[in-house]
Amino acid sequence: LPAAVLLKDTKLMDVKLGQLGTWLAMRDFTPGGILGAVRRGYNRYYNKYINVRKGGLGGVSMVLAGYVVLSYIWSYSHVKHDRRRKYH
Amino acid sequence: LGIPLVLIATTFPALLLPSPNNRWITSRLSTLQLWAINMITKQLMMPLDKKGHKWALILTSLMIFLLLTNLLGLLPYTFTPTTQLSMNLALAFPLWLATLLIGLRNQPSISLGHLLPEGTPTPLIPALILIETTSLLIRPLALGVRLTANLTAGHLLIQLTSTATTVLLATMPAVSLLTLLILLLLTILEVAVAMIQAYVFVLLLSLYLQENI
Repeated sequence: LPAAVLLKDTKLMDVKLGQLGTWLAMRDFTPGGILGAVRRGYNRYYNKYINVRKGGLGGVSMVLAGYVVLSYIWSYSHVKHDRRRKYH
Repeated sequence: LGIPLVLIATTFPALLLPSPNNRWITSRLSTLQLWAINMITKQLMMPLDKKGHKWALILTSLMIFLLLTNLLGLLPYTFTPTTQLSMNLALAFPLWLATLLIGLRNQPSISLGHLLPEGTPTPLIPALILIETTSLLIRPLALGVRLTANLTAGHLLIQLTSTATTVLLATMPAVSLLTLLILLLLTILEVAVAMIQAYVFVLLLSLYLQENI
């Protein structure tokens, strides 16, 4: 049964598990493509949570929480010595 | 605290600022930030005359940058680029030098005349000129070191008191007192806001003390 839409154009949620490998291989991994993907993601987030008339605290807090998590991941090797032990 | 984190930490505040999209009624965040920026700029530009308004962009953007980086440094596990003395001196020194050179170039006698306050008794003049010159030359160092020292000291105090609190969890009554102290310290440390105000204000102080523009 041929797919109704080309595999290249399906969104991620519609890809079947078996087709995931080929779908990933078909994505655009050039620097221009990655930049375009980042831009699209940013615009989606921005327009959904921040660029609305009565945007609340949640939109900015999600970004800040993500920033905290990112900083934790980045400094994990430095921070993992600060555990709570009886003998240091 | 690796090298990549410095870059991310320095450029991250730019993400938090809104980009204008030509709507008449913008989002709430946009409105709030525009109102804040307008208030800051008006406050900064009031003492200056028209020629000083050329500095509006750089001073306001400096203030916004310092505000955001310092406030972001209060979140857990984040890195504050302004705790590094190299960065603060790099911000302070060229701007101070610019004000000095503008004053010396456009109206040299007036800006040199600021070195001697009015009405000093005559025998005191040579000593006072030396003192005023020293105070002038030490300004960029003072600006940079002030910012670094305040932020580093604040971070250090928070770390130390929170460590003390977790260690003292074994013995109960001392803990509640220390947690109260930490909370108070954090709230007062959101005087990092005032820190920025102090920085730009002092920068501006030296600017219109020249009264050169």
